[in-house]
Amino acid sequence: MHLLAAAAAPTFEVSSWFFDWAGLIPAIMAGSFLLTLFFGKRLGKHVHFIGLVAVSASFLLAILTAAAWINATNSHDEEDHGGEAVLVTEFAGGEDLAGVDEVAFAEEGEEVEARPEAVVNSWCWFDSSDATNTDCDDRASEKPISIGTLVDGQSVLLLVVVTFISLLVHIFSTDYVRGDRRYVHYFAFLSLFTASMLFFVLSASTLQMIVGWELVGVCSFALIGHWWEEKPNSDAALKAFLTNRVGDIGLLVGVTVLFFAAGNSFDIRTINHAAVVGDIGNGTLLVASLCLLAAVMSKSGQFVLHTWLPDAMAGPTPVSALIHAATMVVAGVYMIGRLYPVFWEGLAIPGSSVNAMAIIGGITVVGGGLLAFVQNDIKKVLAYSTISQLGYMVLALGVGAWTAGMFHLFTHAIFKACLFLGAGAISHACHHSFDMKAEMGGLRKLMPKTYLTFMIATGALIGLFPLAGFWSKDEILVGAGAWPGTGGNGDYTIPLIMGLLGAALTAAYMTRVIMLVFFGEYRGHDHPHDPGPLMLVPLQVLAGLAVVVGFLNVPKELPLIGDSIGLTLEHWIEPGGGDVFPVIDHGKPSFSLAIMATLIGVFAIFLTYSYYAKLFAKNPRATEVTGGLRDNNRLARGFHTLLVEKYYLDHLYQGVIADGVKGWMARGAYWVNQNVIDNVINYTGKGTVIAGRFVYRFIDQGAIDGTVNGSGYTATGFGGVLRHIQSGQIRQYATLMFGAAAILAAVFIIAV
Amino acid sequence: MFLNQFLLFAAVLFCIGVYGVLTRKNGVLVLMSIELILNAVNINLVAFGAFNGTIPGQVFALFVIAVAAAEVGVGLAIVLLIYRNRRSIDVSEANLLQG
Repeated sequence: MHLLAAAAAPTFEVSSWFFDWAGLIPAIMAGSFLLTLFFGKRLGKHVHFIGLVAVSASFLLAILTAAAWINATNSHDEEDHGGEAVLVTEFAGGEDLAGVDEVAFAEEGEEVEARPEAVVNSWCWFDSSDATNTDCDDRASEKPISIGTLVDGQSVLLLVVVTFISLLVHIFSTDYVRGDRRYVHYFAFLSLFTASMLFFVLSASTLQMIVGWELVGVCSFALIGHWWEEKPNSDAALKAFLTNRVGDIGLLVGVTVLFFAAGNSFDIRTINHAAVVGDIGNGTLLVASLCLLAAVMSKSGQFVLHTWLPDAMAGPTPVSALIHAATMVVAGVYMIGRLYPVFWEGLAIPGSSVNAMAIIGGITVVGGGLLAFVQNDIKKVLAYSTISQLGYMVLALGVGAWTAGMFHLFTHAIFKACLFLGAGAISHACHHSFDMKAEMGGLRKLMPKTYLTFMIATGALIGLFPLAGFWSKDEILVGAGAWPGTGGNGDYTIPLIMGLLGAALTAAYMTRVIMLVFFGEYRGHDHPHDPGPLMLVPLQVLAGLAVVVGFLNVPKELPLIGDSIGLTLEHWIEPGGGDVFPVIDHGKPSFSLAIMATLIGVFAIFLTYSYYAKLFAKNPRATEVTGGLRDNNRLARGFHTLLVEKYYLDHLYQGVIADGVKGWMARGAYWVNQNVIDNVINYTGKGTVIAGRFVYRFIDQGAIDGTVNGSGYTATGFGGVLRHIQSGQIRQYATLMFGAAAILAAVFIIAV
Repeated sequence: MFLNQFLLFAAVLFCIGVYGVLTRKNGVLVLMSIELILNAVNINLVAFGAFNGTIPGQVFALFVIAVAAAEVGVGLAIVLLIYRNRRSIDVSEANLLQG
């Protein structure tokens, strides 16, 4: 037990008004949703002001919360520099703690840094143990189900990212969807989506997480199907929703398992605590983590449930940027990060060389990257790129590089939002088409400002030094721990190879996009030009950030600046410490690995560039080589077909599974309908007629009518008698008054 | 012994007043009968005040006199209006409120 104590970092408490009232941030956006719905028609085309004001306020609050968090974290360091951290860590008692020896230990001599404790602010939602007990403080034995906000580095990071991207998307949208047929609906759902995501991010319990998880799913459904009049759009919305339902079952089962395993608790910290100290058996944790992994696969677009994400591009482009690139799809990744101890123990991440999460992430990195090559729709390329990058995040979490995963989530949100909004700006200029081969090409000269932002974001995505993606991707590769001298939590060779392969693929397909869109000669029939400031400024802001955010978490070993600003983000967000987070080993950054990854990327860029350079030299309007490898080699052709058909996964889902099930299901349903339901309905109808006749004849005519008529007659009779009193003679009234007074006086005298 | 005479006198005066209110048709006489009732009450107030040796009863009687003056003012105005409309001050003819 004392070994565990030595390994886990001590914790300290932080407090701020902003942590206690973090719930305001989603509340503002929810209010904005209601206001937009109620006053939308009246405001007409000015309706976006509600959303803009609300999201600006939310962003401001989020920034202040982040500042308070950073301040609290940093000020503690200064106070306790002498090493006298206030220990509020408590360790569950018990002589023998099963599973303790599986916790990795801090290395000898490594300085253990005190970590801030998460601020939980929760109140009673309902108490299932005693239905008559409405006062949660007065609970006898069982724990009530609470609802509340959990503020720590991770949620603060997401608060800032979500509100920031949402703000830029709101601004971009005012121009992009101007004059849309459902302008009010669009902004209402943008607000609701932001509110749901913030609610999810701030969840203090897994039950609350499910609510937020489903809410973002519904918003995604509504926004993908925004232009539902076109059949493919509504199909895509349904596909996204139904595919997500598959994973949601996993989430429900996983949360239920954890509820019972952690002693009837939905509380995230309780569950994490139970997982860390070994109160939950490894088998249970394995089941729970695999179920939750299924949920991640659907929400975060991991192989094999990723198929909805490319189709989700049917929605308006700013929505794709907000939901299907930057924020919603990372809900799965965020959930892994929240319940990390469950996965850490359940999948036995430390000291291993392979586990389900790392492998799924790795397959997604490579599989998504390959699919991006055969798409002609620029948004679909970006969608597969998103899938691939989400794969990186899951891979990072799978190999134990928690901070690297969250860092990549952060940087990816920024440069991918920039790419998507850039694609929207390009399509806005090019006839509202997303077809790179038919409508684009040579835009470098026609849209120079958009070109610049798109290039920077692409560089960040590929991971070119010193843009954002370079640092986060490098940290993930280091975290795999397989490269000589990196250490880390295990020896994940296969995920490392997949990650490097993914780096090459990313570089190649993004170069393909750049070449097809910006180089060669313009192939469309429009006059493309740079968009107005409402669309351009968000792009420039995001591109600017894509350059600098990487420096938030550079390695400590980096010359010149590493000492002063190295691992800043890790310092701010990594929970660590206490007994609610596993003890994670950080890999040691390796220059050779960084150089290797960069070389692979540059080589892939060079190959793709030379392919297109040769092509454009022959014919500047061409888009692909004819008579190349694909036409001469059967194996290459077969592989190309496999990619075009997206590994036949859609055929599997639609043709084999859906059609196979729905045939006999439909016949069975028809038989039940004809024989069971129809009979029930017929007999119910007949019975109702008989009952109705009886009621009419006896009850309605006899009892009810009699009562009504009787009361009428009675009232008339009394009225006839009483009207004689109302003679209009004042003296008669006076007589009655005095008479009554005399009677009352007599009663008074006799009685008292 | 001292008080009884006043109370009996006031009761007689009150009954006369009530009788007048109930039987007289002339509006002015009805108002005068109301004055009798009020004065019967005044006598009671003053008598009790003198009997207990306290001042509030007499003060209250003064108030009643003041209010009675106002009441007569309003009452006479009503009677005057009735006369203008009907050329008579017979209250039994003012029966528009009958049901």
